[in-house]
Amino acid sequence: MQVKLKVKRFDPESGEEPYYQQYSVEMPETATVLDALIEVREYHDGSLSLRCSCRSAICGSCAMRINGRARLACKTSVRSLAEEGEEILVEPAGNMPTIKDLVADMAPFWDKVRAVKPWLQPSGPPPEREYVVPNEAMQALGEVMNCIMCGACVSDCTSLEVDKTFLGPAALAKAWRFVGDPRDAQDLSRLREYSEPSGIWDCTRCNICVQVCPKDVKPMDQILKLRAAAVHEGIRNNNGSRHTLAFVELVNANGRLDEFRLPIFTEGKFNIIGQLSYLPSAPRMIRSGKMPPVFPHKISGVKHVKRIFKQFGEREPGPAKLVSAGGH
Amino acid sequence: MRYAFWPGCVSKGAAPELYTSMVRVAPELGIELVELYDGNCTGAGVISEHSMETADALNARNFAMAQRLDLPLMNICSTCQGVQSMAQNRMRKNSKLAEEINLTLAEEGLHYDAEAGLDVKNFLWVLVEDYGLDRLKSMIKKPLTGLKAGPFYGCYILRPEPILGFDEHPDRDKYLEFVIEALGATLITYEGQDKCCGFPILTINKQNSLTMAANHLSEAQQEGADCLVTPCPLCHLNLDAQQPDAAKYASVNGLEVPILHLPQLIGLALGISPEELRVNRHVVSSRKVLAALSS
Ligand code: SF4
Ligand code: SF4
Ligand code: FES
Repeated sequence: MQVKLKVKRFDPESGEEPYYQQYSVEMPETATVLDALIEVREYHDGSLSLRCSCRSAICGSCAMRINGRARLACKTSVRSLAEEGEEILVEPAGNMPTIKDLVADMAPFWDKVRAVKPWLQPSGPPPEREYVVPNEAMQALGEVMNCIMCGACVSDCTSLEVDKTFLGPAALAKAWRFVGDPRDAQDLSRLREYSEPSGIWDCTRCNICVQVCPKDVKPMDQILKLRAAAVHEGIRNNNGSRHTLAFVELVNANGRLDEFRLPIFTEGKFNIIGQLSYLPSAPRMIRSGKMPPVFPHKISGVKHVKRIFKQFGEREPGPAKLVSAGGH
Repeated sequence: MRYAFWPGCVSKGAAPELYTSMVRVAPELGIELVELYDGNCTGAGVISEHSMETADALNARNFAMAQRLDLPLMNICSTCQGVQSMAQNRMRKNSKLAEEINLTLAEEGLHYDAEAGLDVKNFLWVLVEDYGLDRLKSMIKKPLTGLKAGPFYGCYILRPEPILGFDEHPDRDKYLEFVIEALGATLITYEGQDKCCGFPILTINKQNSLTMAANHLSEAQQEGADCLVTPCPLCHLNLDAQQPDAAKYASVNGLEVPILHLPQLIGLALGISPEELRVNRHVVSSRKVLAALSS
């Protein structure tokens, strides 16, 4: 079939702005986008730069934006995206600088992975033989261990788009890899670090990383596990965990959410400055008739809601190792 | 057409104009809504951060009420949709959990049949899949000719696709576009339309949250949108109520993008007055919308 590609080109050394170039190549029906790009590079335009190695979705080097979404070029068949003659848009991964054409600079990616201390920190002298770890504990880490460090999640992360300091989905998924590992003894200090600004609470829960990850690592779900673990470990001196706890408290009390109180609880009941920083929109909301009711509306079945919270919400969550929030 | 109706906390709190417009528009369309007055918060994905089982049990309680009525469940909130779909999915897969939850629900005479499940649909999905765009078009009294409208979906009605029924309904990420065009308005598309509005981190990282809103609003304004329409009241809060604050992060000068709730847009095309639909009850004035419609 005839495969049409529209490729974003950029060469910083030329001093020119990025531009789009169209190619058309004859490929078998089974071709991947990577096959088509290699065809272009080998036989049509040797100046096109891209990165690849394994060609079978293992090495993680070919992540790029294809039709606006981060994917592995070697795992994306052209057929799945375009009918004969339809154009496929190919751009470098987002949220990272571009070195040339489709080659993204992964240096910031690796810096963030390193920042979460992605190595085991056991305590005490090592055992004489190997560490013995329960099967279930390792199975629970199966998702995160599948990560091939391709950066697709980072490319499309909406939080990173507005804040380059955010640790991001891949690094935080890796962080859960160690907090969730029974051999690691640094949970508390890890969770404290991850709870700082630019960490677990800066994720918007947009689910994009879950959607684009080619290995089903579900980075957002791992971030939610870290959040649950941080709250359970008592790391509560931040707006993120306060928000979660306030939300729980308000729904438990009324059966419904009470938006008027939520920001006040989140900022801490006595943190006047914090409250004011949220409130500039309050007069506007009152003016337009939108202010949430000052006296919360209680549903009549609130006692049933309380029963649910009592039954399920006050259970001892157990050690962080076994917390399993977030899963679908 | 009859639905059990879960309005969500926000339409009963900070966005009452959504509730008002929905209950005004439904009978006009011939849709009967049986409101779950005693339903509870779905947890908005926040309670599950604290305790997944609690969140699932809370949702099972609402589902059980709808099942008792033997009706599909309609919500008017992208976040509710995502949370409800995920909870359904988890309980279907974990019969032990469902059983345990039912023990608690039994104390108020409720039971949720997790295996059978139930149809849970946002008003947007109801419109396109159950009601039908042709039927919608036949109801139009005042086509929205001249109005340039852009979609804003909200994350939870789009992702994760497998749990939100995209296998069966692959176009669910295009329904707002379909509806906008069906109503006779001019469709404006822009890059941020399926991204995050920023609301979930508003109280955690205000600058990041408002920058997200500002980016999408700036793009939409640049593309010439008179307004955006959303099926999610939480997106509405960040895009509308926070818009004056977001303006300082905007890439355009004079940011002014009115945000309409989906039933408001439908209502305008049905010939219902803007006042009845409460389009004057937003922080950002809807004058651009009214001007475009009257010219
Ligand atoms: S869910 Fe969080 S980490 Fe994942 S893409 Fe969205 S903001 Fe980024
Ligand atoms: S989490 Fe998934 S998308 Fe992100 S780097 Fe790992 S494999 Fe790639
Ligand atoms: S080339 Fe190795 S993952 Fe695509």
